[in-house]
Amino acid sequence: MIGIEHYLVVSSILFVLGVLGIFLNRKNVIIILMAIELILLSVNLNLVAFSAFLHDLVGQVFAMFVLTVAAGEAAIGLAILVIYFRGRGTIAVDDVNRMKG
Amino acid sequence: MIQVFAFYLFATLCIFSGAVTILARNPVHSVLWLILAFFNAAGLMVLVGAEFIAMLLVIVYVGAVAVLFLFVVMMLDIDFAELRAGFVKNFPLGLALAAVLFVELFVGLIVRGAGSVALGKADGASAQAADASNIEAIGALLYSRYLFLFEAAGIVLLVAMIGAIVLTHRQRSDTRGQNISKQNARRPEEATVNLQPEVGKGVQI
Repeated sequence: MIGIEHYLVVSSILFVLGVLGIFLNRKNVIIILMAIELILLSVNLNLVAFSAFLHDLVGQVFAMFVLTVAAGEAAIGLAILVIYFRGRGTIAVDDVNRMKG
Repeated sequence: MIQVFAFYLFATLCIFSGAVTILARNPVHSVLWLILAFFNAAGLMVLVGAEFIAMLLVIVYVGAVAVLFLFVVMMLDIDFAELRAGFVKNFPLGLALAAVLFVELFVGLIVRGAGSVALGKADGASAQAADASNIEAIGALLYSRYLFLFEAAGIVLLVAMIGAIVLTHRQRSDTRGQNISKQNARRPEEATVNLQPEVGKGVQI
C-alpha cells in the first residue's frame, strides 16, 4: 500500500534534483529557473500528500498559493532575463557583476 | 494493486524527467522534459484525491509557465554550448552535496529504521466533508475561511503582471504608434466625405 513516506521520498528526490540542477548549470539562468520550478513542484507534492493523508484541506489551499507565487516568480524572472539579454547580449551568470562594490 | 502500479509509474517517470531536465544539453528539450515532470506530478496528486490542485498544476504550469519558458528559450539567440562550460567541473561537488542533502532529508527515516512517518492529527477545522467532492470542498474553504489568502494570491499575480510589463516594455522610435489625442480631436466636419455629384454640376468643397 502506498503511504505518506512514498510521497516524501519522491518529493525529496525531486527537491535534491532541483538543487543539483542549480549546481550543475551554474552559468545558464534559464536552467536555474527551471530547477527552481522543480523545487517548488516537490514542495507542492509534499503539501498535497500531507493534506491528503491527514484529511485536511489546508495543505491544498496552501499549495495553490505556492503555485501562484511560482507563476509570478517565473514571469518576473524571465522578464529580467529578457531585458538583461537586450542590454548585454548574453545571459551568463558570471557576467552579472556590474553592481560589484 | 493498480494504485501501487500507477504510483510507481508516475513516480519513476517524474524523477526520470526531472533528472533529464537538469542534464539535457538543449534547453528546449529541458523545457519539454519539465512539462513531462509536471504531468506526472499531477498524476501523483490525482492518486491521493487532490484533483483540483492536479488540474491547476497542468493548467498553470504546463499551459502558462512552461510555454513562457519555451517562448523565452526560443526568442533569445544564445550560444548554449558556451554556457555548459563548467558542467563537468561542477559535477562531483554537486553530486556530493546532493547526496548529503538527500541523506539529511531522510536521516529521520534511516535512524528509526522503521521507514514510516507518524502523522499527527489535524484539528479538523478544514476537513473534507465525506459527501463533498474535492473541488467543492476547496471552493467552500477558499471563499470563506481563506478569503484573504485567496485575494492576496490575486494581488501577487497582479503585481507580477504589472512588473513583467513594466520591465519589458520599451518605447521604439522606428515604429509609428497610435496617437490617441489626435484621434480624439478629429471631427466629422473635417473628415473625408463620400459625394455623388450629378452630371454637369460642380462639387462644393
